[in-house]
Amino acid sequence: MTKSKTIVLVGGGHNGLVCATYIAKGLGKAGYAVQVLEARDNIGGAATTRSFGEDSNGRGFKVSGLAHVLHSLSPQICTDLDLTSVGFMAGPSIETISLGLEGDHLMLGAQAVSGNSLSRKDIESYARFKKKFRSYAKALQPLMTNKPPRLKDMDRRDLITLTKLGWALRFGLGANSMLELLRVGGINIYDVLNEEFDNERLKGAIAADAVIGHHMGPRTPTTVLTYLHRLQGEMHSPQTLPPGGMGQVTEALANAARKAGVVIRTGAKVARILVQEGAVTGVELDSGERIDAALVISNADAKTTFLKLVGTQDLDAMFAHRILKTRTNGTVAKLHLGLAGLPEVSGLSVDQLGQRLLISPDMRYVEHAFNHAKYGEFSERPVLEITIPSITDSSLARGNHHVMSVVASFAPYTLKTGWDQGRDVFTDRIVALLGEYFPGIASQIVARELLTPVDIEAEYNITGGHWHHGELSIDQSFMMRPIHGAAQYDTPVDGLFLCGAAAHPGGGVTGVPGRIAAERILAMSSGK
Amino acid sequence: MERDHFRQVLQHSPFHDRIEDHSLIKNWMSWNGYQTPRVLDTLSAEYFAIRSGCSVMDLTPMEKYRISGPDSLAFLNRLVARDVSKLKPNRVTYVVWCNDDGKVLDDGTIFHLGEGGYRLCSQHHQLDWLLISSQGFDVNIQEETHEVAALAVQGPTSCAVLSEAGISGLDQLKPFGIINTRLLGFAIMVSRTGYTGDLGYEIWTEPRHALKLWDAIFGVKQRGLYDVRVIGLDALEMVRIEAGFMMPGDDFITAETAVRAEHDRSPFELGVGWTVNLKKPYFTGKRALIKEKGSSIKRRLVKLVVEGNKPPVDSFLYDAMKGKRIGTIMSQTWSPILKANLALADINYRNGKAPPEIWAEIYYQKELEWRATWARATVSEKPFWSHERRSATPPGRY
Repeated sequence: MTKSKTIVLVGGGHNGLVCATYIAKGLGKAGYAVQVLEARDNIGGAATTRSFGEDSNGRGFKVSGLAHVLHSLSPQICTDLDLTSVGFMAGPSIETISLGLEGDHLMLGAQAVSGNSLSRKDIESYARFKKKFRSYAKALQPLMTNKPPRLKDMDRRDLITLTKLGWALRFGLGANSMLELLRVGGINIYDVLNEEFDNERLKGAIAADAVIGHHMGPRTPTTVLTYLHRLQGEMHSPQTLPPGGMGQVTEALANAARKAGVVIRTGAKVARILVQEGAVTGVELDSGERIDAALVISNADAKTTFLKLVGTQDLDAMFAHRILKTRTNGTVAKLHLGLAGLPEVSGLSVDQLGQRLLISPDMRYVEHAFNHAKYGEFSERPVLEITIPSITDSSLARGNHHVMSVVASFAPYTLKTGWDQGRDVFTDRIVALLGEYFPGIASQIVARELLTPVDIEAEYNITGGHWHHGELSIDQSFMMRPIHGAAQYDTPVDGLFLCGAAAHPGGGVTGVPGRIAAERILAMSSGK
Repeated sequence: MERDHFRQVLQHSPFHDRIEDHSLIKNWMSWNGYQTPRVLDTLSAEYFAIRSGCSVMDLTPMEKYRISGPDSLAFLNRLVARDVSKLKPNRVTYVVWCNDDGKVLDDGTIFHLGEGGYRLCSQHHQLDWLLISSQGFDVNIQEETHEVAALAVQGPTSCAVLSEAGISGLDQLKPFGIINTRLLGFAIMVSRTGYTGDLGYEIWTEPRHALKLWDAIFGVKQRGLYDVRVIGLDALEMVRIEAGFMMPGDDFITAETAVRAEHDRSPFELGVGWTVNLKKPYFTGKRALIKEKGSSIKRRLVKLVVEGNKPPVDSFLYDAMKGKRIGTIMSQTWSPILKANLALADINYRNGKAPPEIWAEIYYQKELEWRATWARATVSEKPFWSHERRSATPPGRY
């Protein structure tokens, strides 16, 4: 560490705030001051509430900017940071409803599934399947909640993690389940679901959960792992719609940070991470202001951190090349619709409309939707994840208006025609698809905005507009996330750390990368 | 591309027609895909042309890259271990470059061409590594191996021969210097560089002028002034070992091709630590090299004089006769001018030092019968062969 007593966090997203708070709690007594520098005008990064569709009176709609369902915020963080005391509200828990055209919808709960078209066998299989997969997810927890062990030059911590993981796999799961996990762990969700279920829509809904946000279709290998990644959240808390949108969650995290003594600056865009003789010395903002720092912790994605902020001239060539070659192109677009009334779906109550709705009729549908993305096109018929948060939180829309938030897959970052031409076409396509399930919705639309991966990149400073800061494929996970050589939160540059979704265990509004990064930094600064 | 080009397995350099005329025994091999002579006539005659007269060798197959653009210097300085910012226009410097782990990928020379940017010459193909290294630099990298014809003219009378051939300005050209001049109306670049450890020059021109350049040099011989002899790779191998120059790929496995752990080598282990500048801005491998510098060296590529007259081909080395094995001979030659067996060898160091005694176990044949013998070897820190005429300016007219 240099003489400075400042620790700078680049990026005020949820992981940055979590990390800053833990660091301030751990190093505050030693005289260190923690500063969070956020480029945007409000805190929260990709987990914010945004406004759109203002009318002449300035009255518009509010909606969660990117992630709109909270399903994996770490309970440990909620407790450690005492989030409820600083304004955190998880909100009403919701279930997933996979929409059917004839009103035969499926309700997918954490444990059970229901629906008129389901056979008894599928209903029983679902309970068994979820139990089994939750046990797999649980077995992986030692790995998912600790720093990924280095396979070469292990430290004591790595040994403990691997021992716990081995124990959980062998004795937690039992021999047969462990073998089954090893069998399915590397294969695709398509094959596994075909083994388990008959109902096409049930399979389609689960498959959608395995691939949303990834450049993967159900037939892509390792989609079982991405599904297990998603289930990590389901282990300890239900999915919820946070009141006030996702911004409320990060506001609470910011409050916790401030309480711990963290200084938060918004509108402070870091232009460069300053490096001298292989060690960080501080950061330079795009205003030209320089801040000396003992440590710089980056919540930005790996490409932004290394290639843009540090610069290749201070890195080894192959390291920079490997960072450059990580797959970081987003495949998801976010559609926000301001509606003049509540749309209707045949067979759904208002309460049910407020749940998490899926349009993903079967696995082939999902695979076909993905096929387009492989060739630089958006899906002819996309997979949609829909929420109408204004049903449970009337503050998001005025009067009897409503706001709909749609995650549309697949929308590749590198669109052949370019998004300037594609944006409206894709929006119309999503709206037309919505119209099949929500008759007359088109006439209710008073405002709409589509955030393509290109927009997400520009607005949220995420390379490729990838929600997870890079594909969560097996070659970019665990001790290889973002790449080996920077996978234990510390980097080749002394005093520079990663704490965001680019680091293990990856994306989602979990705060876990931020927490483990802080743990690692505190351990390293105390000489462990 | 011409039709049926693939039928010509080995490429012909622009000098090929002339070399073909000089090749009496048709002993060819491939150098970077070019048909290159190993020996044209008699190995010892070619060797002595280098050491006692004037030799000519076709350098066209050598890998050549042109580096230009605003970040050229920054790019090169991040690429190689040496501080390139000290290289002045019209000067040449010897460099090695490493991978992230500080292990040597290749060695070569950088020519500062002034306004024209830099030329990097390397032993092996490096385009992919150069492109990987160029990420984030505003630099243009062009392979120009096939667009530049080059001849190495080496030996005590090389300056005299080239001057007689019509190249002026060589008297004031210092070692590692470059001049741009004209010969018979076409442009040539002359650098006082070489791979022989002796007085010598390398002449660079466009392929279309190659034969005119050749004929101008051999015209000196035809006029009966000096002998000039074409040499092949076998004679070059002898003199480069005498001069103590290593050959990446022969004397050590280049880091890119090394598969097994600990088989790759750092600049310190290769004895070229003197080219590593740990004080300059970051370069690839610097972190690893700083770390390595902090611990005592484990092994070295050393220059060995092996006693006796038996060639220590691929010999194992021991710390005593029938002692513990400590290394291997990587390349070796009998030096006719020094009357000694010379070798480059990879040996383990103990406590950062060479073992006090080194013995080579040599297998050799007598009338097809294999025999074994032991020979004492001593480490030479200096090049086996060096001569004051190599650096004298103006060079003597022998």
